[in-house]
Amino acid sequence: MLKLLFKSLKTGIATERCKVPKDNELEALGIEIKRHIDKKFSGSIAIRQVDAGSCNGCELEIHALNNPYYDIERFGIHFVASPRHADVLLVTGPVSRHMQTALLRTYESTPDPKWVIAVGDCATCGGEFGVSYASCGAVSNVIPVDMTIAGCPPTPIALMKGLLGLINLPKGKV
Amino acid sequence: MSSSNWTSDFLNQLKNANISIVISPLNQKSHSEQWQIKSPHWNEFSTLAVEQQLRWVSGWAEHKDKQFFINACFEKAGFYIVLRTQINTDNPELPSQASVYPAANRSERHTQDMFGIRFIGHPDNRRWTRHQAWGKHSYPLRKDFSVDGEPEAITPADKDYPFIKAHGAGVYEIPVGPVHAGIIEPGHFRFLAVGELILNLEERLGYVHKGIEKIAEGRSPESLARLAGRISGDTTVGHTWAACMAMEQAANIEIPIRAAVIRGVLAERERIANHLGDMGAICNDVAFVFAQMQFTRLRENWLRSNVLVFGHRLLMDIIVPGGVKSDLSAASIALTKKDITQLKVELNEIMPIIDLNSSLEDRLYTAGYLSPEIAAAFGTLGYVGRASDQDYDVRRDAAYPPYDQVEFKVALENQGDIASRFWVRYKEILSSLKLMNQLLSQLTDGEILTEWQPPQNDSEGLGIVEGWRGEITTYVRFEADNKITRFYPRDPSIINWPALEKLTLNNIVPDFPVCNKSLNGSYSGNDL
Repeated sequence: MLKLLFKSLKTGIATERCKVPKDNELEALGIEIKRHIDKKFSGSIAIRQVDAGSCNGCELEIHALNNPYYDIERFGIHFVASPRHADVLLVTGPVSRHMQTALLRTYESTPDPKWVIAVGDCATCGGEFGVSYASCGAVSNVIPVDMTIAGCPPTPIALMKGLLGLINLPKGKV
Repeated sequence: MSSSNWTSDFLNQLKNANISIVISPLNQKSHSEQWQIKSPHWNEFSTLAVEQQLRWVSGWAEHKDKQFFINACFEKAGFYIVLRTQINTDNPELPSQASVYPAANRSERHTQDMFGIRFIGHPDNRRWTRHQAWGKHSYPLRKDFSVDGEPEAITPADKDYPFIKAHGAGVYEIPVGPVHAGIIEPGHFRFLAVGELILNLEERLGYVHKGIEKIAEGRSPESLARLAGRISGDTTVGHTWAACMAMEQAANIEIPIRAAVIRGVLAERERIANHLGDMGAICNDVAFVFAQMQFTRLRENWLRSNVLVFGHRLLMDIIVPGGVKSDLSAASIALTKKDITQLKVELNEIMPIIDLNSSLEDRLYTAGYLSPEIAAAFGTLGYVGRASDQDYDVRRDAAYPPYDQVEFKVALENQGDIASRFWVRYKEILSSLKLMNQLLSQLTDGEILTEWQPPQNDSEGLGIVEGWRGEITTYVRFEADNKITRFYPRDPSIINWPALEKLTLNNIVPDFPVCNKSLNGSYSGNDL
């Protein structure tokens, strides 16, 4: 136990503050997101992530948002286990035909008002897989999409910028 | 090559059983041979093969004109046999090998769904890859099936799949997925439970089937390499390497030594990044968040160096046909060496804390037990196999450049529980760090890319590499004009997933997530 405490103390807080230029960007982004979330979403948004056919690359980077460097929860963004608890669906992958109904049901289970973000090149435009006998291609071919975050996969910073984009959508939409 | 010892014995046995074999080299460079047999002997061959303790590696089919070519790959002592037979499309049936090799079970079901080939005597011929996106009597990998297919506007859920049932007082079913509660890939698990105890677990995968084999047809080598890099996002290096190796064999080109060394560095970086992520996640699944935070921090450091050295966090698209796209500068080498030292220091501090933690001990030891016998019967690969005493590693046993020039120890454990799979990962990180140092010291000046030569019509290749999950085997065949006509990547997950059904038995349902994480199969790599 002593060793554990010692290591925790020694590691300190990895969460990035205003030290190097890159960290500045993260911090600035975070603060802006937080401000918007406080105003428009009463302090927090709940995200349900849905893999609708991804290669898992995007999931790895979405996971990284929860590591101590990005620690996205401090900005009021948290991932929830059910679409019924969610404000936002974060959908990855070209939508495989075998996941089409599951995605539609997930969308229907999400209470209004809700927003859909398509994450990654495949979700945005079909990417390397496109439309085929097995794939519906972009998420917008299956459910309405409010915004997209490109990248293969998008980096955690790109994901945070994307979330900020959602928050900055014109008033009527959010 | 270590083939001579056992292949001659085995050939004699086959001769005694009146099974005639025509042997031809698959190509010069790989540790493999192609053995052609008549289709009625397909099952008999496997019966003799299992007696000889050959491991069943992979199975795939090809469609050409009025014939199907069926392949099954076997391995022993680092030497691979590609068994091949052909049957007419009029009456496409073949005796099953799944009755002898459980590893062949899902592979044959995949071939059945994709080609319409019937495997006679198969113990379980329910559909596997097919859900409802195409009809029962159409087969996507036949050449007359168009890549667009004829899908309905909305593909219905596959709700009538005949799961195994259990009857009796107190037995109930728990359906889980395809959409899971975490940030993970989709798949369905059907538990039969009594109280909290798992009586049976049945996996139903195929939800992320994206038609990879079909959309590979007609691609150029560069385009296939990109696609291979997206079979499973966490194995982008492993799959791209295997696909490029297969294509390079087909084209008969040799990659520069420097490129091979850089590929080795990439593969070890990928292995370490994934092991760090998994070790944190295993601890997190038993609520030891300290380790999760430490390991995700180390993983993030590692990925940030990936960007500095190679320009991509997950190392996508760095390996290209003929070599690699990005070179290692002196500064990058220095940074990599610093990373190696740094990671060792950190692990030296963290691992004793984990080792001494009694709650981890309580949850991880004896849980999710996979016996060495079952692991061997399923041909279980990578860290899952090695945690159950399966001492096989392509890097050592069928070494390919640059691993033929280095020495390292293959991590091995024999307890077969979650703790073993945790500690095998740790040992693999240490040996990868040593390997990276050796590789960097061997880096000689030179080219990093060999010019591509379009291969001849019909040329083929079999790329075999040790990905971070275990052995990846990728088959490629070219047609004219530098185009791919068949691509079959066999991710280690395809072999390892069935082991999860075994190792969860008699565990409690709440321990399923940690059992699953300890195996960490790829859904996308399995479903293709």
